[in-house]
Amino acid sequence: MNAPRRSADPSRPTPVRDAAAIRRDFPLLARRVHGKPLAYLDNAATTQKPQVVIDRVTQFYVEENANVHRGVHWLSERATGAFEEARATIGRFLNARRAEEIVFVRGTTEAINLVAQTYGRSRVARGDEIVISTMEHHSNIVPWQILCEQQGARLRIIPITDAGELDLDAYATLLTDRTRIVSVVHVSNVLGTVNPVQEIVRIAHQRGIPVLVDGAQAVAHAAVDVQTLGCDFYAFSGHKMFGPTGVGVLYGTSALLESMPPYQSGGDMIRSVSFEQTQYDVPPFRFEAGTPDIAGVVGLAAAIGYLIGIGFERIARHERELLEYATVALSRLPGVRVIGTAAAKAGVLSFVLDGVHPHDVGTILDREGVAVRTGHHCCQPLMARLGLPATTRASLALYNTREDIDALVSALHKVRELFDGR
Amino acid sequence: MAADIETLYRDVILDHNRRPRNFRVLEDGGKAEGSNPLCGDRLTVYLRVASETIQDAAFQGYGCAIAIASASLMTESVKGKTLAEAEALFEQLLQMITAPAEAPLGDLGGLSALAGVRQFPVRVKCATLPWQALRAAAAGRVEVVSTE
Repeated sequence: MNAPRRSADPSRPTPVRDAAAIRRDFPLLARRVHGKPLAYLDNAATTQKPQVVIDRVTQFYVEENANVHRGVHWLSERATGAFEEARATIGRFLNARRAEEIVFVRGTTEAINLVAQTYGRSRVARGDEIVISTMEHHSNIVPWQILCEQQGARLRIIPITDAGELDLDAYATLLTDRTRIVSVVHVSNVLGTVNPVQEIVRIAHQRGIPVLVDGAQAVAHAAVDVQTLGCDFYAFSGHKMFGPTGVGVLYGTSALLESMPPYQSGGDMIRSVSFEQTQYDVPPFRFEAGTPDIAGVVGLAAAIGYLIGIGFERIARHERELLEYATVALSRLPGVRVIGTAAAKAGVLSFVLDGVHPHDVGTILDREGVAVRTGHHCCQPLMARLGLPATTRASLALYNTREDIDALVSALHKVRELFDGR
Repeated sequence: MAADIETLYRDVILDHNRRPRNFRVLEDGGKAEGSNPLCGDRLTVYLRVASETIQDAAFQGYGCAIAIASASLMTESVKGKTLAEAEALFEQLLQMITAPAEAPLGDLGGLSALAGVRQFPVRVKCATLPWQALRAAAAGRVEVVSTE
């Protein structure tokens, strides 16, 4: 049942399997919840892990565990080899020019904080501006707010249309000679909108402004090519793409990373230390103080190998079909309003149900074995723009099937029955 | 053993959610706001007190069925009670909805309709939100209280 270990090699694709077969790669999905089969539709929060990833993490601890970059002994060499091989795998996955452009962090949140506190603190001055959008997650708002407070800079916000798309004309007019960085989400975790990152980057680069892309919701669903996108930074989390929790990636162009001061400081990020002066190491090590999540990193590389083995084209096609199926099914339900109707949309389906609070929807769905997220999804400014206190969100992944959507729809019927009076 | 969803959403609860009692503004009393930012819930509880006794209680706002029904039941049950009696009632309610599922139920009158919350621990904060606001209104505090 395991995908071949070497599935990262695109010349050896795995045999074509349907979503039901892929589902069997994920042991947790066989669980029953409240006596019902689990329909896991909370993938935008975190994804389940395939057996190959679980096995790879276990194998690291059973066979290879040692600290990296310092031991002269055999095990440390093995661990360092696995760790740096994972960096190279991830570099190829993103089509980075060099593996050194891959910095390991705890997740998207830390990646954005790193850029704000290193690039930001060294480049942003009083009166400067930082451009983000209305649809950002709190993790792509608050680090910039803190930077603005520290430096006396200010945030400018790209507005969105009612369909949930960025207003690119307004964006272009927001950029000035005081803009120091643009930071936007690739795929919205509430609306599912896929933003035109290439165009956003093109407009910013005309003025020499670097762009950070929050890819947390993108990487599990489509191939990401940082050179095609043209972005200067790209951030994502491993756990949202079938990898372990606690590990994430910041991609940055070598030119920018080399010009940035360190983030945290300590061991593994220095060249030499004396009480008079410390010399910092080169990127990516300059930004990786302390012992990293080595098992998490090799687990993440295994997840990427697994995804490449299935093929992003197939994943995207499957999710597109499922999103369409789900959108039609939900629209047929009385009193359902889908939130986020962008032309380019990924597998996120937010909705409100007339007369029923999302929290009640979530509880009733849970008892039917259907796992969804309810609330503001860490996007309070976006919710304010939409005029909604909360939504219910079903989010898809490659292992979801039409049966999951049918379970969602039938559970929503149950909500209606209960709230419309028996 | 999983509890039926009907244990939580009893007819009384659904009815109070659909037609909340005392859902109005009290102009001549104290008030306090309860907020549950994670859910986006926001309730304002109004209270008119004379010589330590609650003359009238009302509320307005937005919330899930449990929060709305709890607020509605609360306004009915505290009217005519002293502030100390209302506080004791809150304590009893809290005990009832945080007790183990098999613990015996005391009689809390109308509030007993909320007993099912004990089977759904994540919903305890929904049921207590209006009571926290009531407590703040009674104390004359002005800040927004939160159950997060």
